[in-house]
Amino acid sequence: MLRYVLRRLLSAVPTIFIVVTLSFFLMRVAPGGPFNLERPLEPQVLENLKRAFLLDQPLVVQYGHYLWNLAHGDLGPSFIYRDFTVSELIGKSLPYSMTLGAWALLVAVFGGIAIGSYAALRQNSFVDYAVMSVASFGITVPNFVLAPILSFVFAVVLHWLPAGGWGDGGPANLVLPVISLALPQLAVFARITRGSMIETLRADHIRTARAYGLPTRVVVVVHAMRAALVPAVSYLGPVAAAVLTGSVVVETVYSLPGVGRYFVLGALNRDYTLVMGTVVLISVFIVVFNLLVDILYAVLDPRVRYE
Amino acid sequence: MSEMTQSLAEPVAAMRGTSLWAMARHRFVRNKASMASLVILVLVAVFSFGGTWVYPHRYDQIFPSYVAVPPSLDPYPREDTLLQVMQTAVERARLRLDAFDADGTTYTARISSDKPIDARATRYLDRPDEFDSAEITGTADDGRTIEVKGRVNAQYFPFGTDRNGRDLVPRIMVGGQVSITVGLLATFVSLVIGVTYGAVSGYVGGRVDNVMMRFVEILYSLPFMFFVIMLVVFFGRHFVLIFAAIGAIEWLDMARIVRGQTLSLKRREFVEAALAMGLTNWQIIRRHVIPNTIGPVVVFVTVLVPKVILLESFLSFLGLGVQEPMTSWGSLIAEGTTGMQAVPWLLIYPAVFFVTTLFALNFIGDGLRDALDPKDR
Repeated sequence: MLRYVLRRLLSAVPTIFIVVTLSFFLMRVAPGGPFNLERPLEPQVLENLKRAFLLDQPLVVQYGHYLWNLAHGDLGPSFIYRDFTVSELIGKSLPYSMTLGAWALLVAVFGGIAIGSYAALRQNSFVDYAVMSVASFGITVPNFVLAPILSFVFAVVLHWLPAGGWGDGGPANLVLPVISLALPQLAVFARITRGSMIETLRADHIRTARAYGLPTRVVVVVHAMRAALVPAVSYLGPVAAAVLTGSVVVETVYSLPGVGRYFVLGALNRDYTLVMGTVVLISVFIVVFNLLVDILYAVLDPRVRYE
Repeated sequence: MSEMTQSLAEPVAAMRGTSLWAMARHRFVRNKASMASLVILVLVAVFSFGGTWVYPHRYDQIFPSYVAVPPSLDPYPREDTLLQVMQTAVERARLRLDAFDADGTTYTARISSDKPIDARATRYLDRPDEFDSAEITGTADDGRTIEVKGRVNAQYFPFGTDRNGRDLVPRIMVGGQVSITVGLLATFVSLVIGVTYGAVSGYVGGRVDNVMMRFVEILYSLPFMFFVIMLVVFFGRHFVLIFAAIGAIEWLDMARIVRGQTLSLKRREFVEAALAMGLTNWQIIRRHVIPNTIGPVVVFVTVLVPKVILLESFLSFLGLGVQEPMTSWGSLIAEGTTGMQAVPWLLIYPAVFFVTTLFALNFIGDGLRDALDPKDR
């Protein structure tokens, strides 16, 4: 198992290398630069700035330099937020995104699995149809529609919750962003779980468990859940990475200080290192969560063995 | 030889083709949700594409008099605002308004001045959006007083106007055109890339297949949303670029599906027969492999179209989509979110159209999947 994990982590290195290379050169061949301001800088100042950020060197040298620093865990200085390094900017904003994302993920996974299982147990009943039509609503309505509407209803019309901002990170500030971020994913989890649970409940080992006279609760939670979770888990990896590294939309609508914003701001300002930093961060998250998901598979399904 | 194979192959293919499609159509038509969705989708498409031809206002036409007016089925201007508007217009011409009377479609006004009034002064009266075709009907006091008659210009804004005074109805129409077009074109791009890639990979097989699928796996682990954002930000917000970028990232699933189909197809007898007849690999892929993968591909396309529309709207929402005064549903929704308190209709109407369309597309996709691939469920 340990060898498998190590091998997977090693094989992630080329992936991240490709991501870095692609985004580095893509950004540089594009027109415009971080110092192309509306009011041009003095030539002397511009030259000094370029020298300070190595922009006067050939592209390959800059690329090598960036890779060297990256290998040492240094993401470089930000071009636009002059007093900060990219690591500092990310370090400052990541906790917010992680807190928000962790709550959203919890709500989505547990809510989705609970609702999906419940619907599966009452298949083709009114409850089932009601739950599943709400779920298909959640899948269809993207969070850039959901978030403004929630904020409109609960903050603007009803005045129950604040319309945005982090505040002290208390429940009142978090409820709307977490719901906006979680609902679409919750709907997907509910749908997947319902499907797999219906299938599992028809399996032989479940019929056996029922024949032994075990209560439905035990049959579902102990015997069926494990098998029914496998398809949901495969969806978990990419979702977790996306949710934890911050949704650009939710952070924008509720004006939260997370990482997602930095990517868009960085890209708009041609802040090369900041964009690279966020891209690297996302790729690392994707790789790590895909690995975690594969390990979870082995836990859930004893037939899966990694050598 | 070729004559014989044609006479043998064609009727058989035709018979099978019709029955398969006829059955699928039969199943689809019986699905009420899908049929209703299809009708709704056609209505939305007709509204978006046909609407701009018949609707009196253009999407970029600005009505300075009607900035952010709420939706209403009654015509603007309101009767009680007319006097004020006329007063302002007359003052702008440096004249005096002595009497004013409006009755729905026409108005009469008596205007006076200390000096004789130039007939061209009536142009000032036509300037506000509310009034039209002012005409001098009588003069008195040696031209120091004139009687003016004109039309009250009734405008309908059933969805209200935005904060620049543009009618929301044609904007939603144009937004729909952009969203639907991008959805279809980007899906087409990904269809072409994905089907070709998957068919080649599956058909050639062996080491080539390994390498090609390994490449797809690597691409899967890239943060693609970010690449699209980067492409759009760095290379400008061009319409073509947006759908090319989206299409270029959405072909991965398609390639996998087609590859799987191809793997099972290439062991079938008709492929062997084609090989024996001396067709080249590319000819076999084009004539025998790709047409036979069409079922799953059609299903996948219907899933992809709403996904792409969503992606485009997401880009537009971030301000990276098409540029003003052009618009798309995503940009309209983004515009609506910034002023929910004062002008909620700017959010509500575009959101309703957007969500309805996505719903319809999803239901059609479900219906098609059931119709074309009944074993799938």
